[in-house]
Amino acid sequence: MDEKPHWLDEPRNVRRLWRGFLVVLVLTVLAQWLVPLPPHFEIESVFGFNAWFGFAVCAAMIVFAKVLALVLKRPDTYYGKRDD
Amino acid sequence: MTETVIHPALALILGALVLPFLRGMPRSVAIVGLPLVTLALLWQVPDGPVWQAHFLDYTVTPLQGDRLSRLFATIFALMAAVGGLFALGQNSRLEVPAAFVYAGAAIGVTLAGDLFTVFAFWELMTVGSTLVLWSHGRDTAYRAARRYLMIHLLGGVVLFAGITGHVAQTGSVTFTHMAPDSVAHWLILIGFLVNAGAPPLSAWLPDAYPEASWSGTVFLSAFTTKTAVYVLIRGFPGTELLIWVGLFMAFYGIVYALLENDMRRILAYSIVNQVGFMIAGVGIGTEMALNGAAAHAFTHIIYKALLLMSAGSVLLMTGRRKCSELGGLFHSMPLTMVCGTIGALAISSFPLTSGFVSKSMVSQAAADGHLLAVWLLLAAASAGVFLHAGIKFPWFVFFQKDSGLRPAEPPASMRWAMVVYAFLCIALGVWPEPLYALLPHAVKYEPYTWAHVLAQLQLLLFSGLAFFVMLPYLKRTLTITLDTDWLWRRLLPAAATRSEAWFGAARQALSAGAGHVGNGLVGMVIRQAGQDARLARTWPTRSMALWVLVVLLGYLLLYYA
Repeated sequence: MDEKPHWLDEPRNVRRLWRGFLVVLVLTVLAQWLVPLPPHFEIESVFGFNAWFGFAVCAAMIVFAKVLALVLKRPDTYYGKRDD
Repeated sequence: MTETVIHPALALILGALVLPFLRGMPRSVAIVGLPLVTLALLWQVPDGPVWQAHFLDYTVTPLQGDRLSRLFATIFALMAAVGGLFALGQNSRLEVPAAFVYAGAAIGVTLAGDLFTVFAFWELMTVGSTLVLWSHGRDTAYRAARRYLMIHLLGGVVLFAGITGHVAQTGSVTFTHMAPDSVAHWLILIGFLVNAGAPPLSAWLPDAYPEASWSGTVFLSAFTTKTAVYVLIRGFPGTELLIWVGLFMAFYGIVYALLENDMRRILAYSIVNQVGFMIAGVGIGTEMALNGAAAHAFTHIIYKALLLMSAGSVLLMTGRRKCSELGGLFHSMPLTMVCGTIGALAISSFPLTSGFVSKSMVSQAAADGHLLAVWLLLAAASAGVFLHAGIKFPWFVFFQKDSGLRPAEPPASMRWAMVVYAFLCIALGVWPEPLYALLPHAVKYEPYTWAHVLAQLQLLLFSGLAFFVMLPYLKRTLTITLDTDWLWRRLLPAAATRSEAWFGAARQALSAGAGHVGNGLVGMVIRQAGQDARLARTWPTRSMALWVLVVLLGYLLLYYA
């Protein structure tokens, strides 16, 4: 392919993006010292609540989906073309 | 003055019937212009009943305006216009007219003041949407349309049973606030929920929508479920059951979308997920929550259509729909990628996008009502939206591996439709006041506080981290995940085949048995009454006299005994 490679095709740049992302993640948590988050509920006053809660529930949903897939996953030809 | 008000829904529906006869430029102008005329007519409709008539001893109100009606009808008309622009290049002569009948019927529901009119437009929506699906012309679309029609006719029958029960009990057809306190009201609620994509029949939605054409799915995504949200807001606000139905839908959508490989089916599951937030809001039922549900329906129609437009563009230009066959399209479709990503950020409620200013009102209502469990589940589902639609869709379609595909951008009409909606996603996010001014209740909510923005960023960015950390578990495979449509695509047909075989065998056995008995009977009659049989013989006079004597003797004996 003789097209010019896109800057996103460079693994070096992807690594940079990753590092930038991690820095932003850390900053959003540290910003809590600057911007107090008035809690609606007690559980929110645990430090970095939204961060760890967001990560934990997403991980839990992925695991749950994988477990469900063990039972309910079928090849995508399952219903066939003419068979319903 | 009331006589001069034209019904906006009828204008769109009748206009749609003329569309198939137009060609070229007049057709294009009509497709974009007709919904805009409808929008203008809509804003002429004053508050309160406008059209009233007597029908079967009842006063029906086919046209009635208020803030809630106007909000939903406005977004439906806007959707018809921008969806029409997107579909200008559609070869099917049927699809856009059918979509306009569908949109007009949805507008008709929102402007209906009585349950008869609601039902009439409700069924017309089913006809319009089925035709949109059908017009794709593929065998798979035809079969999906049949299943779709079956479920919606079933829902319609349940709704109609509920309406007749309600009318019999109350003597009124006015569409007003109800509570699930009688069989009739339960049936109405169930009828509404079928169209909302609620369990257990939710599978009709991800089954049918992705089978439409590249533009058909855009129309389908907008009207049916959001009309259901509208009638729930008007009919059943504050029904607690709806909180749990909504939360179930939100998580169902996430889990199924995570496992899905078809890009448009991912987005179809995410419709169920988003409608779940709205229905939970209706269940909470406070002014804040109902505003949130209505605003979220408005913003959702825009960003979901935008997402499906970018998916439709990819489908049209590549002919592929599976994530496992796509990837790396940012190289040659940068505009489609940017628009799709803006839609993805809006659905995830990123700050400065439309989702942020609408969905957060539902969470705020849960917090105001001290509903800790509901609030936590809504927060978890919000994180999950970013996971299953916000990152997953753009990542697998436009980035991940390089599929080597280098399709061109779609035609100009499609690009413009995407740009208009991408603009609206950001404009409503940056400047929510015009939307807030349209909401049914006065808005006492400020979405942009530093604390809210920071909390939302933490939630979303860390769910993004979870996506990339667990990416190996999300690798796409050529699979589907069984859903409740299995019941009517596999179990019921199998049961029917089995019972047919069983009944066939039983019938055969019965007819064989009956034949045996019948033959015996016929033989006996022939033996007794045939030509030379005993009863047909000529009896001699003496034996007759003998038998008469015997009978008389018997009579005498019985008489004197």
